Amino acid sequence: MNFSLLSSEMLAAGLGTGLLILGLIAPKTENRRGFGYITAFGLLAVLVATFFQYGINQSTFHELWIVDDYSVFMKQVFIVAAILVVLSAVDFVETLPRFRGEFFALIVYALLGMMVMASANDLITIYVGLELMTITFFVLVAYQLGDGRSSEAGIKYLILGSVSSAVLLYGMSILYGLTGTTTIPEMLTKLTWSPILVVAIVMLIGGFGFKISLVPFHMWSPDIYEGAPTPITAFLAVASKAAGFAVMVRVFLLGLPLEGAVDWMLLISLLAGITMVIGNVVAIPQTNIKRMLAYSSVAQAGYMIAGLMSMDAPGVKGILFYSMIYVVANVGAFTVATLVRRALDTDTIADYAGLGQRQPLLASTLTICLLSLAGIPPLSGFVGKFYIFQAVMDKGILWPAFVGFVMSMISVYYYLNVALYMWRDDPKDDRPVPVPGPAKLVIVLSLVVTVVLGVYPGPLGELATMAAKSLF
Amino acid sequence: MTVGLTHFLILGTILFSLGLYTVFAKRSAIAILMGIELMLNAVNVNLIAFNRYVAPESHIGQIFSVFVIVVAAAEVAVGLALVISIYRDRISTNVDDLDWLKW
Repeated sequence: MNFSLLSSEMLAAGLGTGLLILGLIAPKTENRRGFGYITAFGLLAVLVATFFQYGINQSTFHELWIVDDYSVFMKQVFIVAAILVVLSAVDFVETLPRFRGEFFALIVYALLGMMVMASANDLITIYVGLELMTITFFVLVAYQLGDGRSSEAGIKYLILGSVSSAVLLYGMSILYGLTGTTTIPEMLTKLTWSPILVVAIVMLIGGFGFKISLVPFHMWSPDIYEGAPTPITAFLAVASKAAGFAVMVRVFLLGLPLEGAVDWMLLISLLAGITMVIGNVVAIPQTNIKRMLAYSSVAQAGYMIAGLMSMDAPGVKGILFYSMIYVVANVGAFTVATLVRRALDTDTIADYAGLGQRQPLLASTLTICLLSLAGIPPLSGFVGKFYIFQAVMDKGILWPAFVGFVMSMISVYYYLNVALYMWRDDPKDDRPVPVPGPAKLVIVLSLVVTVVLGVYPGPLGELATMAAKSLF
Repeated sequence: MTVGLTHFLILGTILFSLGLYTVFAKRSAIAILMGIELMLNAVNVNLIAFNRYVAPESHIGQIFSVFVIVVAAAEVAVGLALVISIYRDRISTNVDDLDWLKW
C-alpha cells in the first residue's frame, strides 16, 4: 500500500479539521475574516502539492484508488474553484448570523469529497466521495439561517439529491450483480449484453446526470442556485459539476464497454443535444441573474458532455480544458453577483442597470466572463468549445458541432442582454457598489485568466492533453 | 421451493418502488425522508443477495452495504436538521408549502 498517493487528500482533510478546531478555540467576538485567508493559503499549499503527483499513474488499495494525470488535473480544477470561492466569500461570511468559521471548513470537506471522486477507481469509493460532497452541500446550501429561501433550497436539494443517489446506487448494485466486482477496469471485461444492463445504465445516467444537470434531471438547479448563498451557488455550479464529469468520464469510458454490451452512447448523445437546446432556450426569459446563470450552466453541461462522444483523448482533453475555463468564468460572474447582491440587495437583471457607470470593473468582468461562456473569440470559452467540437468532428460526428454553434449564437442574446442593461442604461440610484480586497483579487484573476487563456491556451492545453492521454 | 436470488431481487425491487412512490406521493418532508431510506435499504438487500449468490468468495457487497448504511445515517441526520430549520420558518413540514422558489 502506498499512502503517499493519498497525500493531497490528507492535506485537505487536515486543513478542514484544523479549521474546525480553530473555530472552537478562537474567541466568539473575533471576526472570522482570518479563517478565509488561512483556508485560501492552505488550499494553495494543497494545489502546489498536487503538481508533484503528475506522472505517477499508480493505483493502490487493490485498485480502489488511482492517481493518474487525469485525476490530478481534475483535482486542480476543484482546488482552483475552491480557492476562488473562499476568497470571494471572505466578506460575505461576515453577514452570516452564526457558524461563520465552520463555513470554510465545510467548503474544504466538500472539496475533499470531489478529490476522492476524481481518484476513485471503484464504485464504493465513488459513492463515498460523491456523498461526502453532496451531504456537505446540503448543509452549505441551507447555510443562511433565517433566510427562508436558503433553507427551502437546502431541503429541496436534500430530497432530490438523496433520491438521485439512491437511483445511482441501485444501478451500481445491478452492475455489481452482473460482474461480481466493483472495480471499474474489471467491469469492462466482464459486462455483456443483457436487458438488466440497460436498466443499470439508465439509472447511472440518471444519477450522474443529476449532478451535472443534464436535461431531464436539471429541474433542481435553478431553484437551488437561486436560494443558496451566492458563493455556494458558484461552488455548486462549477466544482460539483466538474466532479460529476470527472466520475462520469471514468466510469463510462473505462468501465462500460460499447461493443457487445449496451450502446449507452446513443442515450448520452441524445441527452447532450437536448441539454444544449433546452438550457439555452429556457435561459432567455429569465429575469433573475442566478437563474439565468443556472440555465446557462445547464447548457454548458451539454457542450461538455458532447466531448464524451469522441471517446478518445482529444475529446477528454476538451472536457478537461473546458472545465477549467468554465470554473474561472463562472466564479467571476457569480462573484459580481455576490457583490451586487450585498450592495443593492437584488438579483434581478434589470437592477444591474448602469453598473458600467457605477463600478466599471464589475461590469467589465461580468461582460467578459459572460462572453467567454457564450464562446466569443478570442476569449477562452471559444477555445474550449473549439477543442471539444473539433474532437467530435474528427470522429465524423458533425451534428453536435452544428447544434452547439447555433445554440452558442442564441446564448449570445441573453448574455449580452445583461451587458446591455449594464452599459446602456443609467443607474436608478447612485449607492456605491463596494469591492472588498479579496473579492477584487478574484475578479481581476478571473478577468485576466479568461482573456489570457483565450489568446494563449498552449500550456493549459498541453497539460490537459497529457492528463487525457493517461486515461487511455 | 427454495428461496433463491430471484426472490431477494424481487423484494429489493418492491422496496425500491415503494420508496420511490412514497417520495412522489407523500406531502410531509419526514415521510419523504422515510421513503428515501426504503430506497437505500432496497439497494442493501440487492447488494447482500448478489454477494451471497453471485460472488460468495469475496465480501465486496457486504462492505458496500455497510458504507451505504453509514452514509444513509449521515444523510438522515442532515435531513432532519433541515426539516427543523424549515419548520422554524414556515411552521409546517409540508412540501407543498415550499413554493418561494419557482421556475
